[in-house]
Amino acid sequence: MLADPSPPAAAIDPEPPPLAPIPYVVRSVTTETPDTVTLTIRPSATRRIATPRPGQFNMLYAFGVGESAISVSRATPEGELVHTVRRVGKVTNALAALTPGDTVGVRGPYGRGWPIAEARGGDVVVIAGGLGLPPLRPAVYAILSQRESFGRVEVIYGARSPKDLVYYDEIQTWRRRTDVRFQTTVDAAGRDWYGDVGVVTTRLPDARFDPPKTTAFVCGPEIMMTLSAKALADRGVPRDRIWVSMERNMKCAIGLCGHCQFGPSFVCRDGPVLRFSALEPFLAVKEV
Amino acid sequence: MSAAPPPDLVGEIANHPLFAGLDPKLVRSAASTAQEREFAAGDLLAREGTTADTLLLILRGKVALEVGAADRPTLTVQTVGPGEVVGWSWFVPPFRWRFDARAVKPTRAIVLNGPALRETLSRHPAWGFAFLVRFLPLIAERLENTRIQLLDIHAR
Amino acid sequence: MVGSGTGGPRTLPREEFPAFFEALRAEGYAIVGPTVRDGAIVYDRLEGVDDLPIGWTDRQEAGRYRLERRSDRALFGYSVGPFTWKKFLFPPRERLFTITRDGPSFSVAPEATDPTRLALLGMRACELAGLEVTDRVFQGGAVADPGYSARRSRILRVAVQCGQAGGTCFCVSMGTGPGVRDGADLVLTEILEPGPHRFLFEARTRAGAGVLARLNAPAAAVADERTAGEIVARTASSMGRSLDTAGVRDLLRETLQHPRWDDVARRCLSCTNCTMVCPTCFCSTQEEVPDLTGATVERWRRWDSCFNLAFTELHGTAVRKSGLSRYRQWLTHKLGTWHDQFGTSGCIGCGRCITWCPVGIDLTAEIAALRVAPASTSKEAPR
Ligand SMILES: Cc1cc2nc3c(=O)[nH]c(=O)nc-3n(C[C@H](O)[C@H](O)[C@H](O)COP(=O)(O)OP(=O)(O)OC[C@H]3O[C@@H](n4cnc5c(N)ncnc54)[C@H](O)[C@@H]3O)c2cc1C
Ligand code: SF4
Ligand code: SF4
Ligand code: FES
Repeated sequence: MLADPSPPAAAIDPEPPPLAPIPYVVRSVTTETPDTVTLTIRPSATRRIATPRPGQFNMLYAFGVGESAISVSRATPEGELVHTVRRVGKVTNALAALTPGDTVGVRGPYGRGWPIAEARGGDVVVIAGGLGLPPLRPAVYAILSQRESFGRVEVIYGARSPKDLVYYDEIQTWRRRTDVRFQTTVDAAGRDWYGDVGVVTTRLPDARFDPPKTTAFVCGPEIMMTLSAKALADRGVPRDRIWVSMERNMKCAIGLCGHCQFGPSFVCRDGPVLRFSALEPFLAVKEV
Repeated sequence: MSAAPPPDLVGEIANHPLFAGLDPKLVRSAASTAQEREFAAGDLLAREGTTADTLLLILRGKVALEVGAADRPTLTVQTVGPGEVVGWSWFVPPFRWRFDARAVKPTRAIVLNGPALRETLSRHPAWGFAFLVRFLPLIAERLENTRIQLLDIHAR
Repeated sequence: MVGSGTGGPRTLPREEFPAFFEALRAEGYAIVGPTVRDGAIVYDRLEGVDDLPIGWTDRQEAGRYRLERRSDRALFGYSVGPFTWKKFLFPPRERLFTITRDGPSFSVAPEATDPTRLALLGMRACELAGLEVTDRVFQGGAVADPGYSARRSRILRVAVQCGQAGGTCFCVSMGTGPGVRDGADLVLTEILEPGPHRFLFEARTRAGAGVLARLNAPAAAVADERTAGEIVARTASSMGRSLDTAGVRDLLRETLQHPRWDDVARRCLSCTNCTMVCPTCFCSTQEEVPDLTGATVERWRRWDSCFNLAFTELHGTAVRKSGLSRYRQWLTHKLGTWHDQFGTSGCIGCGRCITWCPVGIDLTAEIAALRVAPASTSKEAPR
């Protein structure tokens, strides 16, 4: 019997593996809320990810611990990235514990972001709940940077309580602008809060927009997005112009591991930003 | 019934979303016992547990609906602004406020006389029905918001 | 079907089958194929013809698999076993790369894939279709899986047309078999009778022709070609199961609240068997494995299943908590949303999930039941 043939010489696959993290350095860490920090990071060597578009996310890697999907809150042409991380478990705790000078792994950018170009020529309603603001932040800036392309711009930001609001100082500067209406509301508050109280949908009747010509971007916990999208649809915003950013368990972020499936969509690849009209039939069924 | 109400009060009530489009006679009747009032920031419009004999139509400002207990800080569960209303305790026994209503900004409101309005509505069932058709959705919406609050939509 | 330059079909007598093994090796291939182990026919490295399941067959029913002796000495007289070829392209456990601390930073060392070229001997028609499905999954998107692609480029697909249908097979319904249409390098048909035990060989690609050229096999008689056709036709007419695929993708989209899901959920154990034996399931998870010093971490990938509770973990809980929702994900993905994602069915009709389900859940029966409108609520009730 013949022996197995000797292996062909070249066995190394030369490309860097698509799932390999690229090292970045932490520049600064800001505390947003008791359980949330904002990390500003920049490439530590020549390799860097492509510049993310508003609504895209990265996989952030804490050495020896693992990876988490984290939305891009800001991206500069120089390659600097801003991510806001809430501590909820293993990886996010490790990420939130990073200090300036530490290394964090990054791969991305992934997914489809907010279709800002599609919203041109009409009004825009942005509804953010809690940590839904970070992924919407670059969309708001993109809209404001080409303000004349849009009609009225309404931003509604809701959180559970005043201490859960992120980007507090930035919100104050947004509120002073005259070319965008920014409403903030919390589910409940103490006497020291002078703003609005009520779930985020209670702010919608006050928002001024022309429903049939409106595009809406919604991001937050799933139930908040569902309720907001329904309220927008009830006001007459076309369901296919309501966009929501879905969240699902993610392992690969490149459409290979199957974890993020929601109905026919791979949230990592086809989303995270998806049309409400396409999602609604599945959101109406439990545990899809 | 008392003297004719001031015409601007009639107009303000008729323009408020709760009454807009209802029978002008009902509006005039409601206005006849109504008062317009200003509240400074911090003023109480209603106090939990006390007799509820008013329905407030908010014209300007902002009112916080607060609940509190001795063992925890006061919690605002909702704020109410122009075009909205405060109070339905005047409508149903035992006619007691279920929360504190506190102005968080200088606030102007029309204060309707609850018992008088109840009396009018029960004497004119057609008015009563039309009014309830307006009023119940407000209550339903409040309940819906409470439900959403209970869902704790920001909990992750 | 035979391309130019690949020559016509040839016939090789059974006694000369070892020469085929030698030809494969001479062309640089190690051979993997069917062999009997632990009471089942599995796919593994083969040293010689004697490793094949000579004279064995498998008897399969929902929840049951048993090896039996055949009355003849057929080499490929079984249908399919619990293993699939998938494991040679997408291993159950695979080290993806190694990350090493490098001062304050880290560096990533890619993993070399095993350079061995493999001849997959005994691929069934449905399994070739399964390979096309996994090709789409792992190589059809924006990012191809490097490990899969590397291994995929080193295989030779040696198909054997089925001489008998298994008790749970339904490839005819899925349009994937039993005759081999596309996707093979070499196609064999085992002819047991009439006449001497022999094999019809057809090369479908240059690589296949290269192997065939090393065999001293005469051109096949027209009668042998006809016999091969008859064998395939006989197999096709004796399928153990059938599945009505008409509109099945829409059916599954519209029946998400059908009471049948409650019924099947009462039987399903969420054991993951169906996903482990399926030739097309591709789900995986990743793990960080640090060494003792903590300076080096290996990133491993291993098979995962949508039946695992942790599969959909989100905010400390699972999206699909109930067994119902997990079975529904499996079936709606296989036969429904797979079309949306990859432009093909995820099921190729091999019947493994029926055979290896410990409680004998049969997807063909489940689809038939979903086609029956429920008594009261035919429309979905909103939540
Ligand atoms: C597209 C997208 C964008 C996101 N953007 C942000 C962001 O900007 N800031 C932020 O703080 N968080 C964001 N998240 C959520 C974040 O990915 C999870 O909180 C994080 O993965 C939890 O990991 P852990 O190890 O800390 O928690 P653990 O509870 O220890 O995680 C256990 C397992 O569940 C998975 N998991 C748990 N919760 C989530 C979740 N919400 N999403 C995906 N997988 C989860 C983890 O990946 C892990 O496999 C985003 C998620 C997605 C899908
Ligand atoms: S989701 Fe389930 S059925 Fe679909 S490929 Fe993954 S394990 Fe298989
Ligand atoms: S779903 Fe079942 S029958 Fe279909 S390919 Fe997978 S194991 Fe085979
Ligand atoms: S996260 Fe792996 S497929 Fe989407």
